[in-house]
Amino acid sequence: MYLTVAIPLLILLVLTAAGAIFVKDLIGSVFILSSYSFFLALLWAWQGAVDVAFTEAVVGVGLSTIFLLLTLFLTGSDISQTRYYRSSWMVLVGLVGLGFIMVFGAQDLPRVGNPASPANTHISPAYLRQSLKETQTPNVVTSVLMDYRSMDTLIETTVIFTAGIATSLLLRRKPE
Amino acid sequence: MIFPHDSTIVKTLSRILIPVIQLYAVYLIFHAQYSPGGGFVGGVLFGVSLILTVLVFGSRYSRGFIERVAFRSDGLGLMVFGGIGLLCILWGGEFLNYAALQIPGLENPSKRALGIVGTQIGVGIDVAVVAISIFFSLSPQENEEDTHV
Repeated sequence: MYLTVAIPLLILLVLTAAGAIFVKDLIGSVFILSSYSFFLALLWAWQGAVDVAFTEAVVGVGLSTIFLLLTLFLTGSDISQTRYYRSSWMVLVGLVGLGFIMVFGAQDLPRVGNPASPANTHISPAYLRQSLKETQTPNVVTSVLMDYRSMDTLIETTVIFTAGIATSLLLRRKPE
Repeated sequence: MIFPHDSTIVKTLSRILIPVIQLYAVYLIFHAQYSPGGGFVGGVLFGVSLILTVLVFGSRYSRGFIERVAFRSDGLGLMVFGGIGLLCILWGGEFLNYAALQIPGLENPSKRALGIVGTQIGVGIDVAVVAISIFFSLSPQENEEDTHV
Protein backbone atom coordinates (compact mmCIF):
# COMPACT_ATOMS: atom_id res chain seq x y z
CA MET A 1 0.00 0.00 0.00
CA TYR A 2 2.79 2.36 0.95
CA LEU A 3 4.88 1.60 -2.11
CA THR A 4 2.00 1.84 -4.59
CA VAL A 5 1.67 5.56 -3.86
CA ALA A 6 5.22 6.49 -2.93
CA ILE A 7 7.02 4.87 -5.88
CA PRO A 8 4.98 6.57 -8.67
CA LEU A 9 5.33 9.90 -6.83
CA LEU A 10 9.12 9.43 -6.55
CA ILE A 11 9.33 8.53 -10.26
CA LEU A 12 7.33 11.65 -11.13
CA LEU A 13 9.66 13.73 -8.92
CA VAL A 14 12.75 12.44 -10.72
CA LEU A 15 11.12 12.95 -14.15
CA THR A 16 10.02 16.54 -13.43
CA ALA A 17 13.41 17.39 -11.90
CA ALA A 18 15.20 16.07 -15.00
CA GLY A 19 12.68 17.82 -17.25
CA ALA A 20 13.23 21.17 -15.58
CA ILE A 21 16.96 20.87 -16.32
CA PHE A 22 16.74 19.56 -19.89
CA VAL A 23 13.95 21.79 -21.26
CA LYS A 24 15.45 24.52 -23.46
CA ASP A 25 12.76 27.12 -22.76
CA LEU A 26 13.19 28.80 -19.38
CA ILE A 27 9.49 29.64 -18.90
CA GLY A 28 8.57 26.02 -19.54
CA SER A 29 11.27 25.02 -17.09
CA VAL A 30 9.70 27.23 -14.39
CA PHE A 31 6.32 25.54 -14.86
CA ILE A 32 7.86 22.06 -14.74
CA LEU A 33 9.60 23.09 -11.50
CA SER A 34 6.22 24.17 -10.13
CA SER A 35 4.75 20.75 -10.96
CA TYR A 36 7.79 19.22 -9.20
CA SER A 37 6.82 21.19 -6.07
CA PHE A 38 3.24 19.95 -6.43
CA PHE A 39 4.33 16.30 -6.47
CA LEU A 40 6.64 16.99 -3.53
CA ALA A 41 3.67 18.45 -1.61
CA LEU A 42 1.66 15.31 -2.37
CA LEU A 43 4.54 13.18 -1.09
CA TRP A 44 4.74 15.19 2.16
CA ALA A 45 1.00 14.88 2.68
CA TRP A 46 1.24 11.14 2.07
CA GLN A 47 4.05 10.90 4.65
CA GLY A 48 1.79 12.61 7.22
CA ALA A 49 3.67 15.93 7.31
CA VAL A 50 0.64 18.04 6.40
CA ASP A 51 2.19 21.30 7.63
CA VAL A 52 5.18 20.84 5.32
CA ALA A 53 2.84 19.89 2.47
CA PHE A 54 0.85 23.11 2.99
CA THR A 55 4.00 25.22 2.91
CA GLU A 56 5.35 23.42 -0.15
CA ALA A 57 2.03 23.88 -1.98
CA VAL A 58 1.71 27.58 -1.17
CA VAL A 59 5.35 28.66 -1.41
CA GLY A 60 6.78 26.15 -3.88
CA VAL A 61 3.90 25.99 -6.35
CA GLY A 62 2.52 29.51 -5.93
CA LEU A 63 4.89 32.16 -4.69
CA SER A 64 8.27 30.98 -5.96
CA THR A 65 6.81 30.29 -9.42
CA ILE A 66 5.53 33.87 -9.55
CA PHE A 67 8.91 35.21 -8.41
CA LEU A 68 10.81 33.12 -10.98
CA LEU A 69 8.44 34.26 -13.78
CA LEU A 70 8.87 37.91 -12.77
CA THR A 71 12.64 37.47 -12.77
CA LEU A 72 12.42 35.99 -16.29
CA PHE A 73 10.36 38.97 -17.47
CA LEU A 74 13.03 41.29 -16.04
CA THR A 75 16.05 39.47 -17.43
CA GLY A 76 14.72 37.76 -20.58
CA SER A 77 14.26 34.06 -21.13
CA ASP A 78 16.75 33.67 -24.00
CA ILE A 79 19.32 30.98 -23.23
CA SER A 80 20.87 30.70 -26.69
CA GLN A 81 24.06 32.26 -25.29
CA THR A 82 24.33 29.63 -22.56
CA ARG A 83 27.11 27.14 -23.21
CA TYR A 84 26.73 23.53 -22.17
CA TYR A 85 29.83 21.63 -21.19
CA ARG A 86 30.18 17.96 -21.95
CA SER A 87 30.34 16.18 -18.63
CA SER A 88 33.37 13.93 -18.25
CA TRP A 89 33.52 10.41 -16.86
CA MET A 90 34.97 11.91 -13.65
CA VAL A 91 31.55 13.40 -12.85
CA LEU A 92 29.87 10.02 -13.32
CA VAL A 93 32.37 8.27 -11.05
CA GLY A 94 32.08 11.01 -8.42
CA LEU A 95 28.26 10.95 -8.39
CA VAL A 96 28.08 7.15 -8.18
CA GLY A 97 30.62 7.21 -5.34
CA LEU A 98 28.65 9.89 -3.51
CA GLY A 99 25.42 7.91 -3.88
CA PHE A 100 27.19 4.80 -2.57
CA ILE A 101 28.39 6.70 0.51
CA MET A 102 24.88 8.08 1.17
CA VAL A 103 23.24 4.64 0.89
CA PHE A 104 25.98 3.17 3.10
CA GLY A 105 25.37 5.87 5.74
CA ALA A 106 21.59 5.42 5.59
CA GLN A 107 21.98 1.76 6.63
CA ASP A 108 22.53 2.87 10.24
CA LEU A 109 19.44 5.10 10.44
CA PRO A 110 16.52 3.68 12.46
CA ARG A 111 13.31 2.78 10.62
CA VAL A 112 10.75 5.57 10.29
CA GLY A 113 8.29 5.26 13.16
CA ASN A 114 10.50 2.98 15.26
CA PRO A 115 9.41 3.68 18.88
CA ALA A 116 12.90 2.91 20.24
CA SER A 117 14.72 5.39 17.99
CA PRO A 118 16.38 8.43 19.65
CA ALA A 119 13.93 10.79 17.92
CA ASN A 120 11.02 9.09 19.70
CA THR A 121 12.59 8.56 23.14
CA HIS A 122 14.45 11.75 23.95
CA ILE A 123 12.11 14.71 24.47
CA SER A 124 9.17 14.27 22.08
CA PRO A 125 7.18 12.05 24.54
CA ALA A 126 7.22 14.96 27.01
CA TYR A 127 5.86 17.32 24.34
CA LEU A 128 3.17 14.84 23.30
CA ARG A 129 2.05 14.24 26.89
CA GLN A 130 2.12 17.79 28.21
CA SER A 131 1.18 19.98 25.25
CA LEU A 132 -2.56 19.93 25.91
CA LYS A 133 -2.13 20.38 29.67
CA GLU A 134 0.46 23.15 29.53
CA THR A 135 -0.56 25.15 26.46
CA GLN A 136 -4.17 24.12 25.67
CA THR A 137 -2.98 23.30 22.15
CA PRO A 138 -4.00 19.89 20.77
CA ASN A 139 -1.83 20.37 17.67
CA VAL A 140 1.63 19.53 19.05
CA VAL A 141 3.40 20.87 15.95
CA THR A 142 2.08 24.37 16.66
CA SER A 143 2.85 24.25 20.37
CA VAL A 144 6.43 23.09 19.73
CA LEU A 145 6.99 25.70 17.01
CA MET A 146 5.42 28.62 18.82
CA ASP A 147 5.94 27.88 22.53
CA TYR A 148 8.57 25.27 23.37
CA ARG A 149 10.83 26.30 20.49
CA SER A 150 9.62 29.85 19.89
CA MET A 151 13.17 31.25 19.80
CA ASP A 152 13.85 29.18 16.65
CA THR A 153 10.71 30.55 15.05
CA LEU A 154 11.71 34.10 15.97
CA ILE A 155 15.04 33.68 14.20
CA GLU A 156 13.31 32.09 11.17
CA THR A 157 11.04 35.11 10.98
CA THR A 158 14.16 37.29 11.13
CA VAL A 159 15.58 35.36 8.15
CA ILE A 160 12.43 36.10 6.11
CA PHE A 161 12.57 39.74 7.17
CA THR A 162 16.22 39.93 6.06
CA ALA A 163 15.34 38.36 2.69
CA GLY A 164 12.64 40.99 2.11
CA ILE A 165 14.89 43.89 3.12
CA ALA A 166 17.80 42.63 0.99
CA THR A 167 15.61 42.16 -2.12
CA SER A 168 14.09 45.62 -1.74
CA LEU A 169 17.50 47.24 -1.27
CA LEU A 170 19.14 45.42 -4.22
CA LEU A 171 16.29 46.15 -6.66
CA ARG A 172 15.57 49.66 -5.43
CA ARG A 173 14.15 52.07 -7.98
CA LYS A 174 15.10 55.72 -8.21
CA PRO A 175 12.49 57.84 -6.41
CA GLU A 176 10.45 59.98 -8.83
CA MET B 1 -1.29 53.96 -10.95
CA ILE B 2 -1.96 50.35 -11.84
CA PHE B 3 -4.80 49.79 -14.30
CA PRO B 4 -7.43 47.11 -13.61
CA HIS B 5 -7.44 43.96 -15.68
CA ASP B 6 -9.77 44.33 -18.68
CA SER B 7 -11.17 40.77 -18.77
CA THR B 8 -14.62 40.28 -17.27
CA ILE B 9 -13.97 36.60 -16.59
CA VAL B 10 -10.87 37.36 -14.52
CA LYS B 11 -12.67 40.09 -12.57
CA THR B 12 -15.75 38.01 -11.80
CA LEU B 13 -13.72 34.98 -10.76
CA SER B 14 -11.47 37.12 -8.57
CA ARG B 15 -14.46 38.75 -6.92
CA ILE B 16 -15.62 35.30 -5.85
CA LEU B 17 -12.23 33.73 -5.10
CA ILE B 18 -10.30 36.47 -3.28
CA PRO B 19 -12.62 36.67 -0.22
CA VAL B 20 -12.48 32.86 0.06
CA ILE B 21 -8.66 32.90 -0.10
CA GLN B 22 -8.47 35.63 2.56
CA LEU B 23 -10.94 33.84 4.82
CA TYR B 24 -8.95 30.63 4.47
CA ALA B 25 -5.69 32.46 5.26
CA VAL B 26 -7.14 33.92 8.46
CA TYR B 27 -8.57 30.49 9.34
CA LEU B 28 -5.13 28.90 8.87
CA ILE B 29 -3.58 31.41 11.30
CA PHE B 30 -6.24 31.29 14.02
CA HIS B 31 -7.10 27.59 13.78
CA ALA B 32 -3.47 26.41 13.75
CA GLN B 33 -3.76 25.17 17.32
CA TYR B 34 -6.30 22.54 16.25
CA SER B 35 -5.39 21.70 12.65
CA PRO B 36 -2.37 21.94 10.33
CA GLY B 37 -1.44 25.43 9.28
CA GLY B 38 0.18 28.36 10.97
CA GLY B 39 1.38 31.90 10.66
CA PHE B 40 3.77 31.19 7.80
CA VAL B 41 1.29 29.55 5.41
CA GLY B 42 -1.53 31.89 6.37
CA GLY B 43 0.69 34.93 5.92
CA VAL B 44 1.85 33.83 2.46
CA LEU B 45 -1.76 33.16 1.38
CA PHE B 46 -2.93 36.55 2.66
CA GLY B 47 -0.05 38.36 0.95
CA VAL B 48 -0.76 36.57 -2.34
CA SER B 49 -4.46 37.47 -2.12
CA LEU B 50 -3.53 41.15 -1.66
CA ILE B 51 -1.16 40.98 -4.66
CA LEU B 52 -3.97 39.41 -6.72
CA THR B 53 -6.37 42.16 -5.65
CA VAL B 54 -3.97 44.89 -6.78
CA LEU B 55 -3.23 43.17 -10.10
CA VAL B 56 -6.90 42.49 -10.99
CA PHE B 57 -8.68 45.57 -9.70
CA GLY B 58 -5.86 48.10 -10.11
CA SER B 59 -4.69 50.74 -7.69
CA ARG B 60 -4.49 54.50 -7.39
CA TYR B 61 -0.82 54.20 -6.48
CA SER B 62 2.17 53.25 -8.59
CA ARG B 63 4.13 50.03 -8.18
CA GLY B 64 7.08 51.97 -6.81
CA PHE B 65 4.90 53.61 -4.14
CA ILE B 66 3.44 50.27 -2.99
CA GLU B 67 6.95 48.84 -2.90
CA ARG B 68 8.23 51.70 -0.73
CA VAL B 69 5.31 51.35 1.71
CA ALA B 70 5.87 47.58 1.95
CA PHE B 71 9.61 48.19 2.42
CA ARG B 72 9.01 50.58 5.32
CA SER B 73 6.60 48.21 7.10
CA ASP B 74 8.87 45.20 6.63
CA GLY B 75 9.71 44.83 10.31
CA LEU B 76 6.14 45.19 11.61
CA GLY B 77 5.46 41.49 12.14
CA LEU B 78 8.87 40.97 13.71
CA MET B 79 8.07 43.79 16.14
CA VAL B 80 4.79 42.07 17.11
CA PHE B 81 6.64 38.79 17.73
CA GLY B 82 9.55 40.37 19.60
CA GLY B 83 7.23 42.76 21.42
CA ILE B 84 5.32 39.85 22.97
CA GLY B 85 8.65 38.40 24.09
CA LEU B 86 9.68 41.76 25.51
CA LEU B 87 6.38 42.09 27.40
CA CYS B 88 7.15 38.76 29.06
CA ILE B 89 10.52 40.17 30.23
CA LEU B 90 8.93 43.41 31.46
CA TRP B 91 6.44 41.44 33.54
CA GLY B 92 9.19 39.47 35.21
CA GLY B 93 9.44 36.26 33.18
CA GLU B 94 11.90 34.90 30.64
CA PHE B 95 11.96 36.05 27.01
CA LEU B 96 8.95 34.50 25.17
CA ASN B 97 7.68 32.74 28.30
CA TYR B 98 4.01 33.52 27.69
CA ALA B 99 3.00 32.42 31.20
CA ALA B 100 4.53 35.66 32.51
CA LEU B 101 1.97 37.81 30.63
CA GLN B 102 -0.21 39.68 33.14
CA ILE B 103 -3.72 39.07 31.82
CA PRO B 104 -6.31 39.05 34.62
CA GLY B 105 -8.59 36.07 34.93
CA LEU B 106 -6.55 33.61 32.88
CA GLU B 107 -4.73 30.48 33.99
CA ASN B 108 -1.19 29.80 32.79
CA PRO B 109 -2.20 27.38 29.97
CA SER B 110 -4.68 29.94 28.58
CA LYS B 111 -1.98 32.62 28.64
CA ARG B 112 0.32 30.30 26.70
CA ALA B 113 -2.42 29.63 24.14
CA LEU B 114 -2.96 33.38 23.78
CA GLY B 115 0.77 33.95 23.37
CA ILE B 116 0.85 31.33 20.61
CA VAL B 117 -1.97 33.15 18.76
CA GLY B 118 -0.19 36.51 19.13
CA THR B 119 3.11 35.25 17.80
CA GLN B 120 1.34 33.47 14.91
CA ILE B 121 -0.18 36.83 13.94
CA GLY B 122 3.30 38.38 14.08
CA VAL B 123 4.76 35.72 11.78
CA GLY B 124 1.77 36.09 9.43
CA ILE B 125 2.15 39.88 9.13
CA ASP B 126 5.90 39.57 8.54
CA VAL B 127 5.57 36.94 5.79
CA ALA B 128 2.66 38.73 4.06
CA VAL B 129 4.51 42.06 3.96
CA VAL B 130 7.71 40.40 2.72
CA ALA B 131 5.80 38.61 -0.08
CA ILE B 132 4.25 41.90 -1.22
CA SER B 133 7.58 43.71 -0.92
CA ILE B 134 9.52 41.14 -2.99
CA PHE B 135 6.73 40.95 -5.61
CA PHE B 136 6.63 44.68 -6.22
CA SER B 137 10.44 44.98 -6.16
CA LEU B 138 10.65 42.34 -8.89
CA SER B 139 7.74 43.57 -11.02
CA PRO B 140 8.74 45.46 -14.18
CA GLN B 141 9.12 49.22 -14.33
CA GLU B 142 6.08 51.41 -14.86
CA ASN B 143 4.73 51.81 -18.38
CA GLU B 144 4.47 55.23 -20.02
CA GLU B 145 0.92 55.84 -18.80
CA ASP B 146 1.70 54.45 -15.36
CA THR B 147 4.10 57.26 -14.50
CA HIS B 148 1.47 60.04 -14.70
CA VAL B 149 -0.06 59.51 -11.28
